[in-house]
Amino acid sequence: MAAQKTKTGTPVRPNMAVEIAGLKLKNPVMPASGTFGYGEEYAPYLDLNRLGAIITKGLSLQPKAGNETPRICETVSGMLNAIGLQNVGIEAFIEDKMPFLAQYDAPVIVNFFGNTRDEYAELAARLDELPGVAALEMNISCPNVKQGGIVFGTEAGAAHEVVALVRKKTRKPLIVKLTPNVTDIQVTARAVEDAGADAISLINTLTGMAVDVKTRKPRIANTIGGLSGPAIRPIAVRMVHQVVQAVKVPVIGIGGISRAMDALEFLIVGARAVQVGTANFVDPHAMATIIDGLEEFCQNEGITDINELIGTLEV
Amino acid sequence: MKNRKTIILSNQEISPGYYRMQILAPEYNRLAKPGQFVMFRVQRSLPPLLRRPFGIFRTGYVEPDCDGMPAKEFIEIIYKVVGTGTGIMQELHQGDRIELLGPLGRGFDLGDPDEEKILVGGGIGLVPLYMLAEKMVVNSNVRLLMGGRTRDDIITVTEFERLGVGTYVSTEDGSLGEEGLVTQVLERKLDKYPKASVYACGPMPMIDAVQQICSQRGTPLQVSLEALMACGVGACLGCVVKGAGHSADHPHYLCTCKQGPVFHAGELDWSRLATPDAECGGDQ
Repeated sequence: MAAQKTKTGTPVRPNMAVEIAGLKLKNPVMPASGTFGYGEEYAPYLDLNRLGAIITKGLSLQPKAGNETPRICETVSGMLNAIGLQNVGIEAFIEDKMPFLAQYDAPVIVNFFGNTRDEYAELAARLDELPGVAALEMNISCPNVKQGGIVFGTEAGAAHEVVALVRKKTRKPLIVKLTPNVTDIQVTARAVEDAGADAISLINTLTGMAVDVKTRKPRIANTIGGLSGPAIRPIAVRMVHQVVQAVKVPVIGIGGISRAMDALEFLIVGARAVQVGTANFVDPHAMATIIDGLEEFCQNEGITDINELIGTLEV
Repeated sequence: MKNRKTIILSNQEISPGYYRMQILAPEYNRLAKPGQFVMFRVQRSLPPLLRRPFGIFRTGYVEPDCDGMPAKEFIEIIYKVVGTGTGIMQELHQGDRIELLGPLGRGFDLGDPDEEKILVGGGIGLVPLYMLAEKMVVNSNVRLLMGGRTRDDIITVTEFERLGVGTYVSTEDGSLGEEGLVTQVLERKLDKYPKASVYACGPMPMIDAVQQICSQRGTPLQVSLEALMACGVGACLGCVVKGAGHSADHPHYLCTCKQGPVFHAGELDWSRLATPDAECGGDQ
């Protein structure tokens, strides 16, 4: 297909805006929670207003210390991390982080987690009151904390229960982020949809491990960590494809996206938007480059609206 | 703080396994402070995936090719080949394109003018001390204690000497300078100059020993730490160290990349300072 042009010969700028659960995004690209801090860390390198949305680091009621070090190590085309959900807690978030984020027109999506169902519910209720929060992303999938999200995300019944509880506490759009460390991702996806999730994001990191052969110790202190980066992308694309088949709510694709071509894979299998994670560490400008690349792809392919591309997988 | 696509001006082995790379780097003469670092992206393809942090050795200007042309700015980094990332770096040549994020982190406090300064550098830990010495020699007596396993680990001695820094070399095998650990030399120097301030960078066991000596004597100490980093800008929280007063109930972590890499000794929890082997860059 030839690129569509205006009468003056300049290519038509395609519509890049997408909508997720009533949330209007100027483009489908946003950071994955935990890879973008609270936005301010990357503001010197990237105009945050360019982003479809800003997703903040996983938040808990109380500040959380996180794991022992070393917390990260590089593996083949990826990295393992076990940060342990270190975060400032909701009070400091409201006080110190929200005012900075309020300067930007990109909607702020707050990722959150709890150690108990009651903590999830209480935090959701607090976040629901904050006008600066456009939507909630519920982490039921972090593999790092021993008593943490793992229980909820890997068992469909528990996932359903906690999502249903949170659903009662907020009228804001509720995105539920799934762990890939399950036998059948479609089962969990249906459970959280049934419990009232407005959207589903996946995948969180895959559990992994690496060993230092000289010291014979695990390369990260937590022994097991979450694998992210380009290495996991084919698994993520497969799982997003499966979830899109299983549910009606919009899906946000995550996993090893570092270029526009990677993001396109997720859109084509049916993701309405994407999150960029590890690539932010490699290149602080990665998301802007991906947004430009998506627009350029649409122009070159004669696509006037990026929504035309979503879910167009030919099988 | 900027990410720049830039080029390598030179890349030479200066001692077995140690390379010195000069990189075109506008604005660094003005912006870079002693002790700061850059995140170096080896290549746009994989591997390695993550950038690697390197201390800035020095900044400077390349002589212009022709009178009247503006002088180009450069930085120099010195690295030891230890893993995949540095293995690829040693193969790079003049004109190769790389990416540089920086200058990053908090550098050294220069301390009071006229007071005695003792710098302690172990192996590649000498790197961030050069710009520090350059600044300090203007108004202080500066002594540099250089330690290494063998003579191969003692690098850039003459450059420090040219600054007017008194240098004292020790090697564990006695192949250059005094035989033994750099910390023995430190004790002697502190006996002689008890009011001196100490600035140290090197392997964790050396830093630990320096800290014990300084804390016993009440000597002010700043240390530059090495850590595995993914982002370098305070987002990933992968490079944290425990701050003073850290406990399970009152956790206090500091990002090496953002609150460091230079810390006053009193800011850190020395009883539980993690000792990751950052030299391998994490990959095998």
